Amino acid sequence: MGVTQPRTKQSPWKKIREIQNRFPLSTLFLVIIALWVILAILSPYFFTYHNMFNLARQTAVTAILSVGMTFVIISGGIDLSVGSIVGVSSVLVSLLMVNGWPISLAILVTLLISCLLGLITGVAIYDAKVPPFIATLGMMSAARGVALMLSQGRTITNIPRPFTQFAQSTVLGVPSLFIVSVVVAIVGIFILNRTQFGRNVYAIGSSKEVARLSGINMRLNTYGIYVLSAALSSLAGILMTSRLASGIPTSGQGDEMDAIASVVIGGASLAGAEGSILGTMIGALIMATLRNGFNLLGIDPFWMRIAIGILIVLAVFVDQFRKND
Amino acid sequence: MKRDNEYAVVMENINKTFPGVKALDSVTFRLKKGEIHALLGENGAGKSTLIKILMGVYQKDRDSGKILLDGQEVHINSPIKAEQLGLSAVYQNIMLARHLSVAENIFLGQQPKKNGVIDWKKMYEDAEKVLEEVSLDVDPRALVKHLTPVQQEMVAIAKALARRAKVLILDEPTAQLSEEETVQLHKIMRGLKKSGISIIYISHRLDEIFEVCDVATILRDGQYIDTKPVSELTEAEIIRMMVGRSIDDLYYKEEVKIGKEILRVKNLNRYPVVKNASFSLREGEILGIFGLVGSGRTELVRCIFGADVPDSGEIEIEGRPVRVLSPNAAIEHGIGLIPEDRQQQGLALPLTLADNCNLISGRDTSKLGIRRVREEQEIARKNVNELRIRTPGISQRVKFLSGGNQQKVVISKWLNVDAKVLIFDEPTVGIDVGAKTEIYKIMAELLKQGKGIIFISSYLPELLGVCDRIMVVAEGKITGTLGREEATQEKLLALASNL
Repeated sequence: MGVTQPRTKQSPWKKIREIQNRFPLSTLFLVIIALWVILAILSPYFFTYHNMFNLARQTAVTAILSVGMTFVIISGGIDLSVGSIVGVSSVLVSLLMVNGWPISLAILVTLLISCLLGLITGVAIYDAKVPPFIATLGMMSAARGVALMLSQGRTITNIPRPFTQFAQSTVLGVPSLFIVSVVVAIVGIFILNRTQFGRNVYAIGSSKEVARLSGINMRLNTYGIYVLSAALSSLAGILMTSRLASGIPTSGQGDEMDAIASVVIGGASLAGAEGSILGTMIGALIMATLRNGFNLLGIDPFWMRIAIGILIVLAVFVDQFRKND
Repeated sequence: MKRDNEYAVVMENINKTFPGVKALDSVTFRLKKGEIHALLGENGAGKSTLIKILMGVYQKDRDSGKILLDGQEVHINSPIKAEQLGLSAVYQNIMLARHLSVAENIFLGQQPKKNGVIDWKKMYEDAEKVLEEVSLDVDPRALVKHLTPVQQEMVAIAKALARRAKVLILDEPTAQLSEEETVQLHKIMRGLKKSGISIIYISHRLDEIFEVCDVATILRDGQYIDTKPVSELTEAEIIRMMVGRSIDDLYYKEEVKIGKEILRVKNLNRYPVVKNASFSLREGEILGIFGLVGSGRTELVRCIFGADVPDSGEIEIEGRPVRVLSPNAAIEHGIGLIPEDRQQQGLALPLTLADNCNLISGRDTSKLGIRRVREEQEIARKNVNELRIRTPGISQRVKFLSGGNQQKVVISKWLNVDAKVLIFDEPTVGIDVGAKTEIYKIMAELLKQGKGIIFISSYLPELLGVCDRIMVVAEGKITGTLGREEATQEKLLALASNL
């Protein structure tokens, strides 16, 4: 049998692993803190109130989209239509207001119509058994078409001031847009972790057959997931309209990729059943920080795209590494 | 050197340490040429680790002894090396490319080539030769996904033979096979043995060991226990060596008063897999369903549970006719299904034990869709205690639990919703002897609470051991129902092959 050496020493790597496994978001926190420290050193302007204010506003819209996307991706799906629904909502809410509808009613109708679009996607996925990628790709194109048609391709201006003022407003010095995104995230965390619907989303993501055999109503839950994503996209579109003070049919183009990137950087798996809203929020914040930092440092914005591309792949690589070992 | 040459494989004093666990502690294993050698042990005994070391998936510890193949010391540092040395393994979940043809699978990675492109004609011809060796009569052009499980198993073996394997490792090959197909597999194993191939055979079904193996090596908790000719062993002895204590009552059964009828199925049809099925189940009764794989037994219970929708027929629960068009409806009416594939159908593997236990009952404990997390945790803890689920805690992800414990989690889901009729579809496949007995005990406990159980199995001894009645299904039809006293293996097999 020979000598057995005592196994008391624990390598520091293993300890790090253990901490990472217990708090999977710890790496992300470190990344964002490191980014902030570096930027603070490189640019004295970074930690000023004005820049932080900007950063918060920039994060808000993507963050709201990403909360919906988190639900979709955890359920094992994908939603490519979120950017187009931002566009439709932007056009719709502006047109209604320009035509004299009260602001609240315009917002409500816009949200409802977007939910209807989400429901159509849900029907295509559950009832017609079209894979989510294709169903939402179709909606992405169709919804963008609707936005362009309604606006005849033109930007809608002359939007009532009280509506546009919301995006400029602050509460205790914090931009209202950011507060809305935080509220959305908190409600999202509650739904995901504390409700039946939230657990069903995880169960569906882990296996549709298991979920069905456990009596989960697949129809209602599938509809719910895509309606929720559409509703949040619509909210993001409405806020964006307020921020830009105009209804732009092409707004939100490419936002689906930002949302997916935030969710994936935040630790979710496209295979489903994994991910968290807190992770997604940090993911969104990292992306916004990079954008902001590159601007501040005056680096060619094309570099930023490259950096974000590398970041997405790197984030997933680190995550795989953690899981496999 | 010479003496060793009667052995195809010698693994001497093998140690393997994983962080925190000694998986193998000085284990020795000797496989003679042309021998079928059973490797036995409970889950976690070290069988798979030993095989994975032989196959180059894991590396043995440095302080281990040697591995000799045909008397030569070898260092197997990768699965590719193992294959080159003539070692080949067919694992429980057959790893074939389902969308490729039989021939393509057999020669995957070593297709015969002519001028740099695949020589299809030669490949099909060669494939036919290899298929003949395993007496499998299928078209080498057929896609693997269209084959039955046993045919797929044979293709996997043929693939090993095409690689000129001298040593074949079969890891639980019969888990997915019916009785008849198992017999067929055994026949082929004997043929391979005659042609000089040595086989390492892993199975949880002890009857098979006596049927087909020459020698058995038993491991327990990573330690070598004994190697003996099978003819000198009894089932009880093997179990004692595997478990470390004797299990006097492997098939646990208590006398329970059989009460009123709780389920009646009338003329249930789902073309073409279920034909005119009628039967009933009483409180405290355990009704076995025996049938070959593909006989329609699983489809029958899936219709009762609403997982598939029947074309016609009636279902009555406690005398009331009910319509069960979805699992959801079945749950409302108190019918539960522990499905045959716990990994693919029973468990949300990435989720925690607590989440899985409450997956169904959550809707009863929650208010307005908001979960009562405290209550759920209490329920999960109760499940862990009552079913003796071995887990570090209720927040453990179920994918990390062993097969037996996973199965207990699936059962827990149904205990928490108080289902009246519980359908167990092959609940003991791939779990070790100790855990099997515990499952039978759980069934006995449920019967005492007045529930009725339908128990599907391909393994006759367990059906004969625990059931009150056994119903036989063949080609979608119920071919007979035998009471506990009159049922024998022969009668049931005759009914199952519909003679």
